[in-house]
Amino acid sequence: MSAQQAHLQAVGSQAAAEPITEQARRAADEARVGWERFQELIAEDKRVEPRDWMPDHYRKTLVRQVSQHAHSEIIGMQPEGNWITRAPSLKRKAVLMAKVQDEAGHGLYLYSAAETLGTSRDEMYQQLYTGKAKYSSIFNYPARTWADVGAIGWLVDGAAITNQVPLCRASYGPYGRAMVRICKEESFHQRQGWEILYTLSHGTEAQKQMAQDAVDRFYGPALQMFGPPDDESPNSQQSMAWNIKRFSNDELRQRFVDMIVPQAEALGLTLPDPDLKWNEERGHYDFGELDWDEFFSVVKGNGPLNHQRLAHYRRARDEGAWVREAAAAYAAKQDAQARETALLSA
Amino acid sequence: MSGFTSQDSATRISVGQAITPEELRSSGASADEATARYALMLGDDSLMLAQRLGAWISRAPELEEDIALGNIALDLLGHARFFLTYAGSAWGKTEDDLAYFRDEEEFRSVRLVEQDNGDFGKTIARQLIFSFYARELYSRLVDSADETLAAIADKALKEVDYHQDHAAQWVRRLGGGTEESHRRMQAGLEDVWAYVEELFVDVDPTTQLAEADIAVLPSSLREPVMQRLRTVIEEAGLTVPEVKGAYGADRTGRFSEHRGYILAEMQVLARQHPGATW
Ligand SMILES: [Fe+2]
Ligand SMILES: [Fe+2]
Ligand SMILES: [Fe+2]
Repeated sequence: MSAQQAHLQAVGSQAAAEPITEQARRAADEARVGWERFQELIAEDKRVEPRDWMPDHYRKTLVRQVSQHAHSEIIGMQPEGNWITRAPSLKRKAVLMAKVQDEAGHGLYLYSAAETLGTSRDEMYQQLYTGKAKYSSIFNYPARTWADVGAIGWLVDGAAITNQVPLCRASYGPYGRAMVRICKEESFHQRQGWEILYTLSHGTEAQKQMAQDAVDRFYGPALQMFGPPDDESPNSQQSMAWNIKRFSNDELRQRFVDMIVPQAEALGLTLPDPDLKWNEERGHYDFGELDWDEFFSVVKGNGPLNHQRLAHYRRARDEGAWVREAAAAYAAKQDAQARETALLSA
Repeated sequence: MSGFTSQDSATRISVGQAITPEELRSSGASADEATARYALMLGDDSLMLAQRLGAWISRAPELEEDIALGNIALDLLGHARFFLTYAGSAWGKTEDDLAYFRDEEEFRSVRLVEQDNGDFGKTIARQLIFSFYARELYSRLVDSADETLAAIADKALKEVDYHQDHAAQWVRRLGGGTEESHRRMQAGLEDVWAYVEELFVDVDPTTQLAEADIAVLPSSLREPVMQRLRTVIEEAGLTVPEVKGAYGADRTGRFSEHRGYILAEMQVLARQHPGATW
């Protein structure tokens, strides 16, 4: 967007019809100064803070990305949460409970970061509730076995970290800072997942099979967490120009594959890709084409559990409505009482 | 908590000291038969309640409550792991042997903690009663002549302080919030009240251990706990239920119908792979 466009945006639609008033002129000047300052911040790779002027499109892009990320943390509690009551040892149960609870915390940080952009938490909840907002497609796959909990930790949290470490330097301050805290916890999650799989792959024959089966099912969808191939990802370029995104989808996917291949070897498990092999020339692993038809159909709502995940979320919101209303009513009564006391003592 | 769960998390409150069940096991502390049976009661109560509360995560009325109930479940699971580890030391069993490979009639939990979650009001009613009971119990168990029980109580005490505040705050909010929340909170109390009395019944081997200053005599908790429960309930504009204690309060054969279902779910995977390591 040019300074001229920023100017128009600030003046608003009425400006076209009416003569520019003093007030509108001041707003336009502010927008011009804001626009220049924004450009400077981005050019110098500095942080944009909530009070800074920012282009509408930048704000909208961020709200969409940050709230989608928050929704992913919230829906992401379900597949693993479903194993809390069945975890096979008390220690694993404790670690899993802590992990799922961490994800709730990540959701909370991210909603707070998005709120600084002027969108309320309730509004974002509503977008998820109505199915208008997206969340990471990976959570539409079932966690069928205990090994899935390991595979989710290792591959899904692993892909999340690969994606998110560069986001710690995202140009929008509150987002970058939320990511720093989140990444620290995600790396615990990845290690815990890897350990679950390691224990299984060094356990009984049945356990080893369970581990291999989970990795077979989660490998492809985990690689797809980085989004469609670069030539089919229209929004990426703008995000990179704004220092929100630092690497392209394909670059991040490659980075992830390079990381997990030796980790899989250490586990004694195989990755389900016959084309996977080291490319000396590139200094990277080559890997096969992913099933993008499947990806797009899951994104569009046809994944194994799209309906169920959303239904679970809605049920929790619906069943909790009376509690939230009560908390609000109680707080309002307390406020009124405090005001009355203040008046009486004045 | 274990090495993993004690990791720093901005949303997880863990005020207890950093001793772990693993450390307790390797410390070589060994309980005698009677003390082990007492530890088993306390451990089973915490385990059942942790199992129940853990099912709230992702289903709570608000994100902050997913986190809070998760916190509390995690603390209770920690207490269970300590008590079961200590109990197992008398019989050469691990916490997992005791949690996963005992049958219904071998558990020693009270029926209160086995009640289903119901709605949020019922869960809070159950939390209120148990956390007030546990707070009073641990505040005295810290002086136990048994050093291990005293150390576990010391860790647990700081945590149940928070559990108690959490429950009491919700009782006030729901009691004084809307007409619906008042009705549901009152119904929650009515639902679980029949199982309060069981907490205070002196059962073997508690009486004998209390004489040796090892255990806290359950009946000695009745007055202070009931007094404090009454105060919170009445201050919230609610009524202390007039429900008679359910017959069969002995922590043994008269367990709830829920227990079988709880164990079926909790134990299913471990029992499919006996002898496996996880
Ligand atoms: Fe997360
Ligand atoms: Fe994440
Ligand atoms: Fe995670």
